[in-house]
Amino acid sequence: MEIKYEKYGEETVAFVIGEIDHHNAKAARERLDGIIDRECPVRFALDLSGVSFCDSSGLGLVMGRMKKCNSTGCSMVILNPSNAAFKILEIAGMDKIIKIERGKQNG
Amino acid sequence: MAEKIINSMKTEFSAKSVNEAFARTAVASFAAQFDPSIAVIADIKTVISEAVTNAIVHGYAGREDREACPVYIQCKITESGKLTVRIKDKGRGIEDVETAMQPLYTTDSEGERSGMGFTIMQSFTDGIKVSSKLGKGTAVTLEKRLTGR
Repeated sequence: MEIKYEKYGEETVAFVIGEIDHHNAKAARERLDGIIDRECPVRFALDLSGVSFCDSSGLGLVMGRMKKCNSTGCSMVILNPSNAAFKILEIAGMDKIIKIERGKQNG
Repeated sequence: MAEKIINSMKTEFSAKSVNEAFARTAVASFAAQFDPSIAVIADIKTVISEAVTNAIVHGYAGREDREACPVYIQCKITESGKLTVRIKDKGRGIEDVETAMQPLYTTDSEGERSGMGFTIMQSFTDGIKVSSKLGKGTAVTLEKRLTGR
């Protein structure tokens, strides 16, 4: 799994590429929290278009970052979730509590 | 009458998180012989990952000697294309299975577990059975129809 990020003014977009499971969720969490702490964005977008596999560890990862963003007054959105990522978000009803944006080219 | 089993597979590995990817890939590869759809393969990978993660995180919670903690997987395919997978550990067991299976229920307060593992296993399969004995371990049996194209 790989995480990259780009900055567009007050928005930071982080890209998760690869598989999200329990084994690599901890590293993903630390990396994403590091990005949020460093950039202090007004809006944090998590691009999940490159997620090839996602289990409930991915839910924990998204929920945890949401909490972190809420506590710092930053708004968080999910960008272009892959089928693998969306199916898990949907089953947990997360598609109703977090904004999911599609089709937008980043930047 | 029980259906005829046309193929079976068994594997055993240590309760290390690095084996989660191995386990789901192995079962998905075994199931692929029946030519299921991509969506069915994706569901199989997800539920195996959930069950194996439960064994590793909860079954063997607090164990340092992970190489000595076995997780067993047994797969069978019937003539009509029904896959049955049993994921078993010899860990601490679940005190109350019914409660453990409730959506959002988790005993893990720090690890960011969502408590949705069993809900996902139920939603993505055609059948689930959980048997557990305290101090003895847990076995989860999942059924998934591979056909229906």
